Amino acid sequence: MINRKHPTIARGLALAFVAVLAGCHGGILDPKGQVAADEKSLIITATVLMMLVVVPVIVMTLAFAWKYRASNTNATYTPKWAHSHKIEAIVWLVPCVIIVFLAILAWKTTHRLDPYRPLDSDKKPVTIEAVSLNWKWVFIYPDLHIATVNQIAFPVDVPVNFKITSGSVMNSFFIPQLGGQIYAMTGMMTRLHLIANEAGSYDGLSSNYSGAGFSGMHFKAIATRTPAEFDAWVKQVREKSSRTLDAAAFDALSKPSENHPVEYFSSVTPDLFTTILNRYMSNHMVMRAPGKPGQLADLKSGTCTPVAKE
Amino acid sequence: MFGKLSLDAIPFHEPIIMVTLAGVGVVGLALIAAITRFGKWGYLWKEWFTSVDHKRIGVMYIIVALVMLLRGFADALMMRTQLALATNGHLGVLPPEHYDQIFTAHGVIMIIFMAMPFMTGLMNIVVPLQIGARDVAFPFLNSLSFWLLVAAAALVNVSLGVGEFARTGWVAYPPLAELAYSPGVGVDYYTWALQIAGVGTTLTAINFLVTVIKMRAPGMKWMQMPIFTWTCTWANVLIVASFPILTGALALLSLDRYMDFHFFTNDGGGNAMMYINLFWAWGHPEVYILVLPAFGVFSEVISTFTGKRLFGYASMVWASGAITVLSFLVWLHHFFTMGSGANVNAFFGIATMIIAVPTGVKLFNWLFTIYRGRLHFTAPVMWTLGFMVTFSIGGMTGVLMSVPGADFVLHNSLFLIAHFHNTIIGGAVFGYLAGFSFWFPKAFGFKLNEKLGKAAFWFWQSGFYFAFVPLYILGFMGMTRRLNHTNNPDWTPWLYLACVGAVLILLGIACQLLQLYVSLRDREKNEDVSGDPWNGHTLEWSTSSPPPFYNFATLPVVHDIDAFTDMKEKGIAYARPACYEPIHMPKNTSAGIFIAAFVGVAGFAAIWHIWWLAVIGLIGVVASFLVRAYDDDVDYYVQPDEIERIESAHLKKIAKQA
Repeated sequence: MINRKHPTIARGLALAFVAVLAGCHGGILDPKGQVAADEKSLIITATVLMMLVVVPVIVMTLAFAWKYRASNTNATYTPKWAHSHKIEAIVWLVPCVIIVFLAILAWKTTHRLDPYRPLDSDKKPVTIEAVSLNWKWVFIYPDLHIATVNQIAFPVDVPVNFKITSGSVMNSFFIPQLGGQIYAMTGMMTRLHLIANEAGSYDGLSSNYSGAGFSGMHFKAIATRTPAEFDAWVKQVREKSSRTLDAAAFDALSKPSENHPVEYFSSVTPDLFTTILNRYMSNHMVMRAPGKPGQLADLKSGTCTPVAKE
Repeated sequence: MFGKLSLDAIPFHEPIIMVTLAGVGVVGLALIAAITRFGKWGYLWKEWFTSVDHKRIGVMYIIVALVMLLRGFADALMMRTQLALATNGHLGVLPPEHYDQIFTAHGVIMIIFMAMPFMTGLMNIVVPLQIGARDVAFPFLNSLSFWLLVAAAALVNVSLGVGEFARTGWVAYPPLAELAYSPGVGVDYYTWALQIAGVGTTLTAINFLVTVIKMRAPGMKWMQMPIFTWTCTWANVLIVASFPILTGALALLSLDRYMDFHFFTNDGGGNAMMYINLFWAWGHPEVYILVLPAFGVFSEVISTFTGKRLFGYASMVWASGAITVLSFLVWLHHFFTMGSGANVNAFFGIATMIIAVPTGVKLFNWLFTIYRGRLHFTAPVMWTLGFMVTFSIGGMTGVLMSVPGADFVLHNSLFLIAHFHNTIIGGAVFGYLAGFSFWFPKAFGFKLNEKLGKAAFWFWQSGFYFAFVPLYILGFMGMTRRLNHTNNPDWTPWLYLACVGAVLILLGIACQLLQLYVSLRDREKNEDVSGDPWNGHTLEWSTSSPPPFYNFATLPVVHDIDAFTDMKEKGIAYARPACYEPIHMPKNTSAGIFIAAFVGVAGFAAIWHIWWLAVIGLIGVVASFLVRAYDDDVDYYVQPDEIERIESAHLKKIAKQA
């Protein structure tokens, strides 16, 4: 009877699993870029590998418990049997072998999927500088001299190099369908390299709790179908706004706000990102605006040039 | 005069809090009235509050744990309800400033004020009995540790009605936890409560380490110590080594907040990464502090209810030791996404996976203990089997997240939440609940109702899967933790299901409360006359239930791992010695209560910047400590005739039953 039951259970589980996966559109099991796809397949490989131990353990638990139930007096009973070199060798070895395979897998994939590793592509990457604020994301395109709030775009199949920092507390920059996340931390720059292999508009978010407005800290990452579409988006940013993201505009954005709407800036003060990064760094007292803690000093005074030691 | 404290600190405008406070007030008043009515204050004070008896202190620890379980679970229910309501554009009933305190409080309470006291309580009741000792090495210190925990728990509960609790998540990462972003008193409640509880925990660990080193029964070698005592000992090693790190990290955070230091601030050269490293250098060992004693409980339960020796005792001991050492080498896996290089991430990922080896060995050893045994499906066994299945899944998802490439997409998602609840509920809590019903007769002299115990298990077990499998799936769907509301129709059904799971667990808890009531009512029917209701293997079962205050009339001599089974087989269990010798015992003392009360006052004063009161509190601490230090009347001898009377009564009862 047990033999007949098992395939049914297995089929049921498999069906349930497929149903769950199919329901996952928009999540990390529905990747739209190479990095995310690799991470998904890594999750599946590692899970299958571990199932090799976990499933037998679960089955054995239930089977042993049933077979050696107290009422089954036909089963062997050896109250003093508590040691067997053979079994102990096996129970140490089996997990070890699985872990060796997993460790090799982990070592290789950790290097291949290192967020800091630039992606291999013959196309010129788009660079985006991202700054987390309470509670919104500010994006700067240093090469295009434009900036946005809570929206980014880039062409499909073109690598995107993110440089990330925070202007307030710690956040985590995450576009689940395009691949892994990285922390945004004040005074420090982290990097992330992503690519979209399918056009679309993907949800981006902060995945590290950062205060009251955290739940609304979303942005959209638009992967355009063609470079021309991307150029059109850039043009739209420039045309829709005539504002410059300078120190004053950045300070205004730094004020806490929730569910912040998308904003465009047609130009950006050069090196604004470096200035934000260096705001709290060496010589921090000089860079702070006098009497206004946490606000930027005049950006034109070249704060990112190291001060020569006297 | 009152620092930051004013009437505004009481949240009159929050109906949920005010109703809760009113409810707590009514229950508290009823309790006080009942104790007064039945004239039990003297009894409670003399026999319980001032007791230095490890068994009574253990019981009080577990009572605190159960009360805090209710509080922490109420938080969980509110969170699940909020997330089930706040979908598709609705905002639910809890605004962020309240909700954020709830998830912080839930984490802090469940780990520091539920799991830790539960584990410490079981350890208190069982360890001295298992090693054949008459008490712990430092009985007064044990009482002080307990009352420090009470003071800390009181601070957390006071924060509900006076001021606020932290809104930072239970990890209190700076810079969010710094004054610039958390100007209120919430984080200060958090740091002082954790510091005070932490001191108590550290003292307990030192106390129990000395106890097992110095006070094992004659003949008991290290490798004959019962397995639960061994796992507690490894946990105590972890506490002694890791809690100072937390104390240090929180002290630095407090210096930032109180004295304008810049350890972790954005400006002034501070670096939040330092805090995050220090926090997890404590935080990861902490989860093994919680789960190792639970592993010990499962080992005892399985070997007792199969009527069989534990398979691979030495493997178990060394596997626990390996986990202890490895748990200090893995902290960085809590933040692979901080941007460490691939080599660093891979190192910590692989170190984490290696922990799966000794843990897997343990699972196999339990399996081979069942193998060729006679398994009785009692409530403790149900918890154990439930654990073995559930924890295997939790272990698997944990190892999955130890692969940095997988963690990059799973980090901070609900998958992570599901994983650690999978291991903490399915591992630690199931273990404590197994231990609770296993050792309940020992502590109280009667067994718990079996039917309600099993009903509680099934509600917890099914509730667990209903509550957390949806979270695994939501994690895959890209839902991150600590969200206040969501707006994704695909997520909604799973959020509803998770809420159903929480309600099932609520029914499980209700069964347990009912079980306590029914068992108390039927205590005479379920009396444990012999003191050995399960045909146990270890020395705690050789005493009466509850054991006499001196535990052992004559110290047992140990020749075997299963010392009591050995005695029963040789026919020397329940033997009456030729004569009894006087027993040296510690006297009860109220010093622990006073010291802890003054510590609590000083903590409250520090939270609200009421400096004169803080000074009074500190003077009180030192003064009550000095009074205790100069008190010479701290011990006495139990005379042989009294021992004779108590022992004879017990032996007569056993003979009558036989």
